[in-house]
Amino acid sequence: MKLPVNLSVNGQAYEEEAEPRTLLVHFLRERLGLTGTHVGCVVGECGACSVMVDGALVKSCLMLAVQAHGCEVTTVEGLAQRGKLHPIQEAFVHNFAMQCGFCTPGFLMASHALLERTPNPTEEQIRQDLSSNLCMCTGYVQIVEAVKEAASRLGEWRKTHT
Amino acid sequence: MAVIRDVMPAFELFQPASVSDAQALLKRYGGEAWLLAGGLDSFDWLKDRIKRPAAVIDLSGIADLKGIKPWGDGGLEIGAMTTLTEIVRHPVVRERYSILLEAAESAASPQIRNQGTVGGNVTQDTRCWYYRAGWSCYRAGGNICYADTPQAINREHAILEADRCVAVNPSDTAPALIALDAQMVIRTGAGEQVIAAEDYFVGPGTDITRMTVLKPGSLLTSIRIPGTWAASAEGSGGAGRVQFYFEKIRDRNVWDFALVSVASAMATTGTTIDRIRLVVNGVAARPLRLAAVEDLVRGKPRNEATAVIAGNLAIEGAQPLTFNGYKVPLMRNLVKRAIRGVEDVDWTS
Repeated sequence: MKLPVNLSVNGQAYEEEAEPRTLLVHFLRERLGLTGTHVGCVVGECGACSVMVDGALVKSCLMLAVQAHGCEVTTVEGLAQRGKLHPIQEAFVHNFAMQCGFCTPGFLMASHALLERTPNPTEEQIRQDLSSNLCMCTGYVQIVEAVKEAASRLGEWRKTHT
Repeated sequence: MAVIRDVMPAFELFQPASVSDAQALLKRYGGEAWLLAGGLDSFDWLKDRIKRPAAVIDLSGIADLKGIKPWGDGGLEIGAMTTLTEIVRHPVVRERYSILLEAAESAASPQIRNQGTVGGNVTQDTRCWYYRAGWSCYRAGGNICYADTPQAINREHAILEADRCVAVNPSDTAPALIALDAQMVIRTGAGEQVIAAEDYFVGPGTDITRMTVLKPGSLLTSIRIPGTWAASAEGSGGAGRVQFYFEKIRDRNVWDFALVSVASAMATTGTTIDRIRLVVNGVAARPLRLAAVEDLVRGKPRNEATAVIAGNLAIEGAQPLTFNGYKVPLMRNLVKRAIRGVEDVDWTS
């Protein structure tokens, strides 16, 4: 039996339904076609599926789609505005903070969540907050540098976008 | 044993809006019901197809189970479905029960703390990988312990209170809650039951298939923290100064379960220990309150000599397995640190 999943994703309202066992990440990718959110381990270890649900960073493989009923979800597709990359994305590009790119959507969302609450994080805070996002290519150094740069880019960006 | 974890087997999902509705479902489905809190532990079991409940009861829609409110004389009542992040960010927890903040913040990762609940954190199942992999061990209803054989990899297993099963309790908040003398509020078919946090957890000698006293049909609704162990400066409320100590040792500094953790609440006058509650986790199937060590150090000065006798008493009777002998000095040193404080730490092995 399917249950209703009415939710807002990146500001757009959807009225859908899903089987109870369907994970939010599969719902986002397969039902809504938002394939920016990646499925890595499916068991909450890698963080590639990180999205924001009602303002909190969650792993969408550890949540049922029907549990997002009535929620506001932000996925990596929600970062860029009008075809222009978000400052965090720009900082990741500028710092070569990816190689294969599989983990990148999760890192972008985790960085987004961190910088929303902590606009000027220390390196330790960055490393703590990104601790459950795994990257097998970069060794994390460029990612940490990117988040530092994103923090300063965001400071400028907020002056013009708020 | 590889399984495709992407798609869980189908189950019937219920999303009750009240505790009484949840209880009615529990009564209807009995042992076939599975209570879903934050889902971090649950989805592992379901994805691995090791637990196949017919009915999953999602508690996340029950408003009564969420939030932190004042309770009793300066205490707090925390709903079982309150997330670890809410606990970490709560101003009264920060001011008066910082040991719970530290413990909650040491759990897992930001995403997991946003989703994970305190009720789930204390009620989660053990991480013994033989058991989690679905082997038919004692805890799973079989008649062997795969972690306690000559070839077994048992680096993370128990050194105390093993009884056929050598699994350990993985909760970070549990030892802090026991140190704070918290009470667990449980709803059973027969009504509400309030028990001390230390009695919530059971070892294999009591019930080898459970980590807690919860039986089918029961659920944890809230956790009450009394005002008696709130952090305070000396002289406030006529009592001594209350201080906490929490330390979690793990292989990685973040995003890992504890190998051994220690939590203590201590009231001192000058350097004399007036009152103390001391708990370790990661060494047995339940968090262990070290009552004998508490008795030993009460009335003694908070110094190195007291710490040494406390550490030595704490590990009495420890029986390490092939690969977890390191837990014995680790537990002793953590107890020493809790008693003495962290200045001039002298690690011995």
